[in-house]
Amino acid sequence: MAQYLLIESRDPFESNDVHYYYDLAKGLAEAGNQVTLFLAQNGVLSARPCMHSTSLSALSKSGVTVLADDFSLKERGIAKLAEGIAAAPIDVVVDHLAAGNKVLWH
Amino acid sequence: MAKKTLNIVESAYRAVMEEQDDTILWLLAAMQGAGAEHTVVLRGNAVNYAVAGQGVPGLTVGEWKQTQAPKMDRDVVDLIENRKIPVYVITEDLADRGIDHSELVPGVQLLSRTDLPSLFGDYALVSHW
Amino acid sequence: MSKKTLTIALMDPPYESENATTAFRILDVAARRGYNLNVFTYEGAVSMAFVRQAAHPNPVHGKDLAQENHPTTKDQIAAVLAEAEKNGGKVDWVNCGMCVDERGVNEFVPGTRRGSPGDFHAFVEASDNVLVIPTK
Repeated sequence: MAQYLLIESRDPFESNDVHYYYDLAKGLAEAGNQVTLFLAQNGVLSARPCMHSTSLSALSKSGVTVLADDFSLKERGIAKLAEGIAAAPIDVVVDHLAAGNKVLWH
Repeated sequence: MAKKTLNIVESAYRAVMEEQDDTILWLLAAMQGAGAEHTVVLRGNAVNYAVAGQGVPGLTVGEWKQTQAPKMDRDVVDLIENRKIPVYVITEDLADRGIDHSELVPGVQLLSRTDLPSLFGDYALVSHW
Repeated sequence: MSKKTLTIALMDPPYESENATTAFRILDVAARRGYNLNVFTYEGAVSMAFVRQAAHPNPVHGKDLAQENHPTTKDQIAAVLAEAEKNGGKVDWVNCGMCVDERGVNEFVPGTRRGSPGDFHAFVEASDNVLVIPTK
């Protein structure tokens, strides 16, 4: 079982492609890997309870750890997060890199 | 032996006329020449790079004429045949864009979006471009 | 914490994308930990180290040069180099040469250097891990 960190910097309001990345996270998790999706920059815009946050909450229920960059959240005044999403510092990215996990950026 | 790297390329036709190359495919080819071991997956709009028969004559601006216009289909074939870089294309992304498999350059390998995660374990590194 | 060597590839030019901000936040964490850092800048990102960047005032907000204290990526790069050194980490910051040439940004922050895709390959091989931050 491998560990993956998938960083999503885009948001589904502006980019249709974000759901491909959420699906990739789910696919990796279903294959038995430990997967974290780290929302950063405008990627955190779907972390608020909103039309797109249900996808993220479902992802969390399916076993993907869903985190949102605390700096990006504060920058955008997002205080309330949808179910299954937790705020986290950017250190998480460096932790995963240092641990030798595969880290991808979208 | 070099670290096997899977490169998922989705950015397409960005600065291709200016650079006369896709800069990511160019970079990977250059690294391969230095001993890297790359594989490419074309997804999203980048699947269009595998469509045969594409390309325009060079840009003309006043008296300035471009003489080395890029041809992405030629570059994909070059990756496969000369650089020995395997190139996959995501079948669902082809279908979404109305691209028939018969339109593709020879040598590209078809891969379903659902099978992409299963490739990851075969590589030391996976990068998204 | 054991010393790690990380490689980060950057593509975005300064002042155009939030990717630069996030990249510096990641580099800062890694530099504070004393990690060795290999940075390969490609395409527009080679301009990040251009030493002739100049800060400016902000007439819309009525701030003079000093008050505005406008960020420049050349200063942020110098800060990463200094922070890493302070914590025992080495930084090899390479700006892809052909990208530098076509943009005319041939004067770099001291401590960074001109290089090529061969350097990126060498970085990949020598690192514990690699993060590519692509451009859109």
